[in-house]
Amino acid sequence: MTEMITASQVGKVYRGGVPALTDVSLTVRKGELVAIVGPSGSGKSTLLHLMGTLDTPTSGTVRVLGLDLSEVSDGTLSAMRAHWIGFVFQQFFLGATLSAVDNVAQGLVYQGVPRGRRRRRAAEVLDRVGLGHRLDHRPARMSGGERQRVAIARALVADPAIVLADEPTGNLDSASGAVVLDLLHQLNREGTTIVVITHDTDVADRLPRRVRIRDGAVVADSAAVSGGAG
Amino acid sequence: MRVSDLGRESTSGLRGRPARAVLSLLGIAVGVTAMVAVLGISAASQAGLIAQISSLGTNMLTVAPGRDLFGGQTELPVESVAMVSRIEGVRSVSAVGAVGGHSVRRTDKIDPDDTNGIAVLAARLDLLDTLGGSVTAGSYLSPATERYPAVVLGAVAASRLGVGSVGDQVYLGERWFTVVGLLAPLPLAPEVDRAALVGWPVAQTDLGFSGHPTTIYERSADEAVAGVRQVLAATANPENPQNVAVSRPSDALTAQLATRSAFDQLFLGLGAVALLVGGIGVANTMIISVLERRGEIGMRRSLGATRRHIRAQFLAESAVLSALGGVIGVVVGIAVCVGYSLARGLPVTLPWTAVGAGLAAAVGTGIAAGLYPAGRAARLSPTEALAAV
Repeated sequence: MTEMITASQVGKVYRGGVPALTDVSLTVRKGELVAIVGPSGSGKSTLLHLMGTLDTPTSGTVRVLGLDLSEVSDGTLSAMRAHWIGFVFQQFFLGATLSAVDNVAQGLVYQGVPRGRRRRRAAEVLDRVGLGHRLDHRPARMSGGERQRVAIARALVADPAIVLADEPTGNLDSASGAVVLDLLHQLNREGTTIVVITHDTDVADRLPRRVRIRDGAVVADSAAVSGGAG
Repeated sequence: MRVSDLGRESTSGLRGRPARAVLSLLGIAVGVTAMVAVLGISAASQAGLIAQISSLGTNMLTVAPGRDLFGGQTELPVESVAMVSRIEGVRSVSAVGAVGGHSVRRTDKIDPDDTNGIAVLAARLDLLDTLGGSVTAGSYLSPATERYPAVVLGAVAASRLGVGSVGDQVYLGERWFTVVGLLAPLPLAPEVDRAALVGWPVAQTDLGFSGHPTTIYERSADEAVAGVRQVLAATANPENPQNVAVSRPSDALTAQLATRSAFDQLFLGLGAVALLVGGIGVANTMIISVLERRGEIGMRRSLGATRRHIRAQFLAESAVLSALGGVIGVVVGIAVCVGYSLARGLPVTLPWTAVGAGLAAAVGTGIAAGLYPAGRAARLSPTEALAAV
């Protein structure tokens, strides 16, 4: 299996000397669906930012598709995010004035794709997440679950190697949350590598691999336990 | 990222909060309105002045008696009008003579010293032709009326005396005169506007007028003006040409073209201040916008936007916001100019240079106002931006 993200002995100390991560080593391989689970303040969001090239570690190394983050420029990091990594956030971050298709098409703006092709591609992906009938709706006219599916479509529109989801069900009721989790499972079966961050053990229990994190360090990794079985 | 995308992305924030956008661009709009209106009205006034000068003509010269060596008042010879008419190039000559010791009044009950600033002038029959004037009521003096107690009033004199129609009587030099005509204003001879004109013969027989002209009006072909001017003094008074004052009334109007009123400068200054205040308003709005939209900034960074993309987006947003203010200002400013021109009967001119300058000032202000907020947005790290929400 190809290694998509490799974190080795990663530490992150924020300005003011607050340590968020102390010593994390973790490998995410191609095709995995991983839950990183821990209570709030455990450092799991920091870990996601590091894996997503949004931040650089203060110690240790993070490699994304083989590239060491500490060795590349801001422009390269931005290009990696544009082409390789899709993000899904708890707050959706959808543009209120944009229709669903335009929101999804934003995922291709920073790759320089022409507008017509962006919108065609966005419509395809919205269809894939089951929102083909909602193309021209603005976020205000959609339910929370539908909004999160629009955000997932935006993360997928650039055909990224990895999707990182930060509490994707955190703002949703359990029914909508289940739909979103089903969608993530479906995308994973179709070949997308997905990392989900959550504080909710029920959500984590539904995913094949669970990494438990507390006080900035990995305390359990189900892949390590069942690693021999593969 | 494409340039067309920059335009679309940079207006998304404005479309999201249209009321705030409109309020924050008001300052810019007011500043540009003031600049366009002031420059436009000034241009329209100048165009009006040029049109007035060309319709009045610049080919008229006047001759008046000056002071002699000892400061005493001199006189022009009685025959000077005839002499001037013989100069080569002269097309028409006329004259008025001040009738001293008399005032014109509404009734005989009014103190003779209360002149209202109205002079009594003996006028030749060809005066109106030479001045290019016209009557608003009645008729000018004629060979029939110049021998009788008839009077033609200049525009200012008529309004000061309260005479509105032909046939009224005014009291002039211990007897009643009948008003036979009222003159339209004469921009090149304001002294005639403030005069009561009587016939040359009646002035000599009844009012003790000496017959010496006090102002000679002369018109020539445009190209002959300089030549005529050189010989005018010597022709009018060959004995004492140094005692003759020659002037060109249109020079006063031409001089107005060169002067730009202090009010123009004042309003331009106010416009600049409004623009500055407007720029500060835009900068404030942009700073608040950057603070509020940290989530969006973080999201854009996670979609692959570089620092330069974020900077360009907010800079463009600030420029677009100010340019909108500029466009509104230009439209209102032009409306003010056109309204002013129509109300004043001036030629309607569109101040294109003012429009260009106004728009450029607005966009420049917007870019300057956006530099700091855009820099803050660009420096925000993606994690800080995402964590703020």
